[in-house]
Amino acid sequence: MSGILASMIDGLLVGAVYGLAAMGLSLIWGVMDVINLTHGAMIALGMFGMYLLFSLTALNPYLLLLPLIAIGLVLGIFVYWLSVHWVVGRSQLMSLLSTFSVNMMVIGIGTALWSTSPYNVNFSLKGITFGDYTFTGNHIAAASSALVMALALELFLYRTRPGKAIRAVSDNREAAELMGISSTVVLAIAFGIGIALAIGSGALVSTLFPFTILSGAGYQLKSFVVTVLAGLGKPLGALGAGVALGLLEGAVTPFIAVSWIPLIEFGLFVVVLILFPRGIFARATT
Amino acid sequence: MLRVRISLLSVLFSLATSMLGQQTISIGFTVSKTGALNVDSLEQYRGFELWRDQTNAAGGIKAGGKSYNIQLVSYDDESNTKRVQQLYTRMILQDKADFLFSPYSSSLTATAAVVTEQYGKVMLTTGAAEEKTYKLGNHYLYQMFAPASQYLTAAVDALKTKDPKAAVAFVYEDASFSNAVVTPAKPYAQQQGFNVVFSEAYAPNTTDFSAIIDKVIASKATVLLGGGHYADGSTLARQLEGHKVPLKMVTLLVAPDSPQWTELGDAGVGVIVPSQWEPQTSFVVQYGPQGADFARAYSARYGTPPSYESAGGYACGLILQRAIEQAGDIDTAKVSAALNATDITTFYGKTKFATDPGSHGLQIGHAMVLAQWQKDKAGKLTKEVVWPLGAKSANLKYPMR
Repeated sequence: MSGILASMIDGLLVGAVYGLAAMGLSLIWGVMDVINLTHGAMIALGMFGMYLLFSLTALNPYLLLLPLIAIGLVLGIFVYWLSVHWVVGRSQLMSLLSTFSVNMMVIGIGTALWSTSPYNVNFSLKGITFGDYTFTGNHIAAASSALVMALALELFLYRTRPGKAIRAVSDNREAAELMGISSTVVLAIAFGIGIALAIGSGALVSTLFPFTILSGAGYQLKSFVVTVLAGLGKPLGALGAGVALGLLEGAVTPFIAVSWIPLIEFGLFVVVLILFPRGIFARATT
Repeated sequence: MLRVRISLLSVLFSLATSMLGQQTISIGFTVSKTGALNVDSLEQYRGFELWRDQTNAAGGIKAGGKSYNIQLVSYDDESNTKRVQQLYTRMILQDKADFLFSPYSSSLTATAAVVTEQYGKVMLTTGAAEEKTYKLGNHYLYQMFAPASQYLTAAVDALKTKDPKAAVAFVYEDASFSNAVVTPAKPYAQQQGFNVVFSEAYAPNTTDFSAIIDKVIASKATVLLGGGHYADGSTLARQLEGHKVPLKMVTLLVAPDSPQWTELGDAGVGVIVPSQWEPQTSFVVQYGPQGADFARAYSARYGTPPSYESAGGYACGLILQRAIEQAGDIDTAKVSAALNATDITTFYGKTKFATDPGSHGLQIGHAMVLAQWQKDKAGKLTKEVVWPLGAKSANLKYPMR
């Protein structure tokens, strides 16, 4: 197997996790036009949630995803009522400030509890080897889990009544309310799902790399890039864009130092903003 | 009347005793209680702390007919250079520290050195091997660690005895210390006849080494030299193991010296660390405790064997103590003169400082060893000295697994 192919496969695997991290941001942004600046902090909470559950139970961490996502849903609904409900429909600056405040509270509490020292979830699965290259079991499990969660979200949004209600509110809130859909309840659930996805992605990242309470910030930045690439409110598109970003990283790194990757990623971000202002996967609407 | 006279005499005697008795020396430094340097910095701090407690228990530092109780003043620098700058200024101006010890790491020490030189305060540095800091015309800096240029040259020498045709890769943190180590090591490896097939620095706080590891595999390297500090070094070792990279020798800076390295399990086996000190090394001690006594006291106190960061911290205190005793005073100029004249062997090894203006304070007496994590007969991970050959406690295992 060639080095470039191996690098692209590694990029694809971690890109699936980028995509999952971005899906939550994309969903919230698309449904309620709120830029959720708690996103990074929630990813970090997912990391620590996995660390705590794994330390307590010693179970396979991939089995602990479901309870963590459930906790994330409840936490998301709580954060919605705490800071977002009051600013939905108002200027975007209000939602930025409101969610940023929650972000700082989470970081502050997290730092007090865990300081900024690195933590690890010490668990590894057997990898798969092709020639000189081994793809770690954890990367494969994390990418697979991300794909399953993305498909579950897609099924929820398109095959269930609450999911259709979320899409209806996202398309036209007033019309949805006229049809008897409680937009407040729907927005709370959508926000909760967005946070649950952030928590889930953080939990997966914790099985791959060491982390601190500040680690979410880097993934939040990638999430913004991925969300812009995919277009707002396109969760499955976000997964695809995350995978594409990971593939790009994998394709480029054999030829240049890895420290140049952020420059390339954010350069691409600017190019896409100019050429595809609605996102690569966004469809034109009349 | 007699009672009044006795009471008066007692009061006068107490007053005289306190005037002639214990005074306090205040030593300031920062500790990275949080942040990426936390693990290594804490070990260094423990060395300071143990020295303080043992010295105070023995009556303090005795100089010029007085006894000085040691008081340590420390703050959390959060592994952040901005905090180091603020805190060292505070310790000098507000806390009135008599002397300073460095923070942990070359980058934080370089920042602290600017402040201490500005205010003309003596600072002994430990946990800081970069040489550039001592070549800027300082007057009051004193380096305990052997300089960075020595770290990997020993690994290259050891490799030459095992596999002169090895293909070498350098993978290292893009930070002042690691750059200072690798910059002379690369040409040295080439001069010794090795083919350097890959070399790349990674950003500090890197956690995903997949891309670099794929490049190492593609380069067909059989030896990897580099790393940085504990967080990135341990992560790199874990991911090298996870990707089953076919390396015969891995030498990483700093990280494998920590007792926490055993948490890596199989990922830590066979990894080599250039070390400033190991418990197995023995010297003819001219001042302070024997190495075994230091190691025993440290283990009893902290429940873990000492790392070289801890030994460096303790030795830092010892050397300052001796300089104050030699000076007979805590005056900065006198203590500085005594430090300049230092040429002594402690449990830590030889300590001698350069005194020429172009490299004042650079450590020119201390030599490094290589230690490798090996499994003993019971399967337990232990760290053995494998180089130089005259100081080894076990043979270098090559290939490592």
